[in-house]
Amino acid sequence: MNKPNIIVINGQEYLFTPGETILTVARRNNVDIPTLCHMKNATPTGACRMCVVEVQGARSLMAACTVPAGPNMVVRTESELIAKARRMIIELMLTSGNHEDCLVCPATGDCRLQELAYKYQIKAGRFPKTKSRYDLEAVNPFIIRNFSKCLACGRCVQACNEVQVNTAIDFGYRGARTKIITKGDRTLKDSDCVFCGECIQVCPVGALIPKDAYKKARICDTKSVRSTCTYCGVGCQVNLHVKNNEVQHITGRGDAAPNFGSLCVKGRFGFDFIAAKERLKTPLIKENGAFREASWDEAIGLVAERLSAIKAKHGADSLGVLTSARISNEENYVVQKFARAVLKTNNVDHCARL
Amino acid sequence: MTNPIADMEKAEVILLTGTNTTENHPVIAAYIKRAVQFKGTKLIVVDPRRIKMAAFAEQWLRPYPGTDVAWLNGLMHVIIKENLHDKEFIANRCEDFEALAKSVEAFTPEYVQNLTGIPAQDLIQAARLYAGAKVASIVYCMGITQHVSGTDNVKALANLAMLCGHLGVEGGGVNPLRGQNNVQGACDMGGLPNVFTGYQPVTDGANVKKMEEAWQVTGLSTKVGLTVTEMIPKAHSGEIKALYIVGENPLISDADVNHVEKSIAHLDFLVVQDIFMTETAQMAHVVLPSLCFAEKDGTFSNTERKVQRIRKAVDGPGSAKTDWEIICAISRKMGYAMNYASSREIFEEIARVTPSYGGITYERIEHEGLHWPCPTKDHPGTKILHTAQFTRGKGKFHAIAFVPPAEKTDAEYPLILTTGRVLYHYHTGTMTRKSEGLNERAPECFIEMAKADAEKYGVKAGAVATIASRRGEIKAKVKISETAVAGTVFLPFHFVEASANKLTNAALDPISKIPEFKVCAVKVLA
Ligand code: SF4
Ligand code: SF4
Ligand code: SF4
Repeated sequence: MNKPNIIVINGQEYLFTPGETILTVARRNNVDIPTLCHMKNATPTGACRMCVVEVQGARSLMAACTVPAGPNMVVRTESELIAKARRMIIELMLTSGNHEDCLVCPATGDCRLQELAYKYQIKAGRFPKTKSRYDLEAVNPFIIRNFSKCLACGRCVQACNEVQVNTAIDFGYRGARTKIITKGDRTLKDSDCVFCGECIQVCPVGALIPKDAYKKARICDTKSVRSTCTYCGVGCQVNLHVKNNEVQHITGRGDAAPNFGSLCVKGRFGFDFIAAKERLKTPLIKENGAFREASWDEAIGLVAERLSAIKAKHGADSLGVLTSARISNEENYVVQKFARAVLKTNNVDHCARL
Repeated sequence: MTNPIADMEKAEVILLTGTNTTENHPVIAAYIKRAVQFKGTKLIVVDPRRIKMAAFAEQWLRPYPGTDVAWLNGLMHVIIKENLHDKEFIANRCEDFEALAKSVEAFTPEYVQNLTGIPAQDLIQAARLYAGAKVASIVYCMGITQHVSGTDNVKALANLAMLCGHLGVEGGGVNPLRGQNNVQGACDMGGLPNVFTGYQPVTDGANVKKMEEAWQVTGLSTKVGLTVTEMIPKAHSGEIKALYIVGENPLISDADVNHVEKSIAHLDFLVVQDIFMTETAQMAHVVLPSLCFAEKDGTFSNTERKVQRIRKAVDGPGSAKTDWEIICAISRKMGYAMNYASSREIFEEIARVTPSYGGITYERIEHEGLHWPCPTKDHPGTKILHTAQFTRGKGKFHAIAFVPPAEKTDAEYPLILTTGRVLYHYHTGTMTRKSEGLNERAPECFIEMAKADAEKYGVKAGAVATIASRRGEIKAKVKISETAVAGTVFLPFHFVEASANKLTNAALDPISKIPEFKVCAVKVLA
């Protein structure tokens, strides 16, 4: 007879499908197991060991992200032993590299290490601090790599290789000298990197940050507004992070199709145009070959008058309207309604053919 | 798209053609790369350029530009000859199979090799791969449609999918990738000269009556209007007197811009409504400032027919207004009371007059969008089209004849030019070129060519060369690249100062009226 697929976590029985890890079953049932390196839909690496749990009968603590659930397995996710192990891991992370300047780090408030340190109430500095071996890299337009904060958790490597499949970065120089490198350890600018920024989004700490992060508000200080990317037809779901009436950052929405957090360089970084000083601010009317500013009343009046006059003289079909693949459905609807119901012509098209 | 984006990871085989996916639709490219890398999907790339996706392909076929119908007919020839077609699907769901079979009879692999340069053996192998898969998806983009034969190309792709029964199933389908964010929506909303919203023909009396009632007007025109590619020449000849252009920059994006500029200069009156002073806006009599996506509420419909929300996050600059507020104000001034309180109210009207959007409400898409058709409030939306039957009932096979590209190379203009986009810029560059970062990665126009061609025509990498066609000439920096194949050169069209469309050919596809951007004959001089 087959054993039933039941696992006991913290005294509760849960069903599982063979092959599922302890972590997957726990998360599905809202049992919190803290993780740092774990990434949904990527191969679990068990690198950070934050997710250790007690499995009855096992000699040591097990990483919940890699151990498959088994029939009648009995698991505890919190205990003194577990807390001690997790504390140790967090302390080691805090002392490897520079994690004492949270006050001026762009990732503050949006940092997994900070969150865990708080949860387990750990102050930096119990172990001697190890100096970072690698200098900060900022010689590209989009991404700062601050190696002094890198935990070598590998999330960025997975994001680049398994999610975006750009294969631009990997682990290099194993052991204590571990560094996330491009092929030949060149700068990102001269690598296969296409600046999709997936790695920034998944980095749990401030080791990867947007180039202009220091000039912008921190994500935790912004209000997030859900929207859709304005560039291509994929329609990636985004969060616009807003402060002081300005979009400070754009990130991918992890909880929605089609992109589940992914974006490309345009969608993530190409929003300078919103606040560009060249934006048109007021209606303009051309007089003697040059534009002058006008009030809305005057401009609208002029447009209405000229369109009416041309229609009266040459007929409705002497007018044409180009609507746009850039504006909203509602606006397209109103534009074609205007052409058809007000101007009385079907001369309405947009530039999709181009 | 007939199928949702997420389906790509479920395809056994993907046939990718006319799309430089990693540059133009990077997030979809990631789906395809993941499918190949981790799900065992086999990729066939058909493209004259050695695009990045070719590195992920089981097979890369390299046709001469403009010969798509030939290789597609060739694939179908092989499939029918080797008896690999889906007889059950054809019998139950399609009609006119015999006509198709007859039309592809002449397209033997050897004949196709002559026309396209694709080795006969490769064509046979690709045919077996696509037809032999349980589910296979076709993914294409402007590389297929921007030809004089664009409509034929699309029909030929549909023929191929129907022939193998790869339609109406998860992981299958014929999937065009839309270039601009809301091309799908602009079409759905009736931003076309022949249809109201939801593709309801303006020539059908019942539709006209319905709209007249909904809009409370009389005398709607029942005559199909002009396309953009017809309006521009008619502006030149004087039949079109005034143009109202919203959020478009035809002065860069249009084929043969020299002619466009002259045509627009002929207008009695030009209104341009945009967020920037574009090249087209410079020529306007009145320019009206509008708001961008981050400054307004509304919806976009993406390439998989999913209607998704945008939300106001910041206030716009100065006194700029939403496009709909501006149009409503003009309508009122012209004596028609167009009054809406919000984009939501407009959307409710859209749902009332558009059967395929009938069941969509802002409430329902608050968290995640819905795929149309979604006719009723309790309808879950339609992720996959044509699961039980085609829109017209039976799927019709169309016999498609091969028409070579309108313009040929000759001794004076020996190279074929194709145009397109690069990753770091978007369309005419009005928005992306405001970003220092994007500009730093892609600062200027370049002509991409193979090493052999550069040597042959005596131009050096990094030097500025002159590129001339029968219509005009521009200058651009030479970039010698593995991507290019000898005989074909590539220019991106984002750059005002070296507008690729000064060279391109305005010859139109007779049905879709799409100009032939992808093929024109040029010469390159040092
Ligand atoms: S930005 Fe994208 S391509 Fe570059 S390293 Fe990060 S994930 Fe890889
Ligand atoms: S850069 Fe960030 S994501 Fe990458 S290994 Fe270091 S800490 Fe992890
Ligand atoms: S983020 Fe990139 S892929 Fe996604 S919709 Fe925007 S432009 Fe397209």
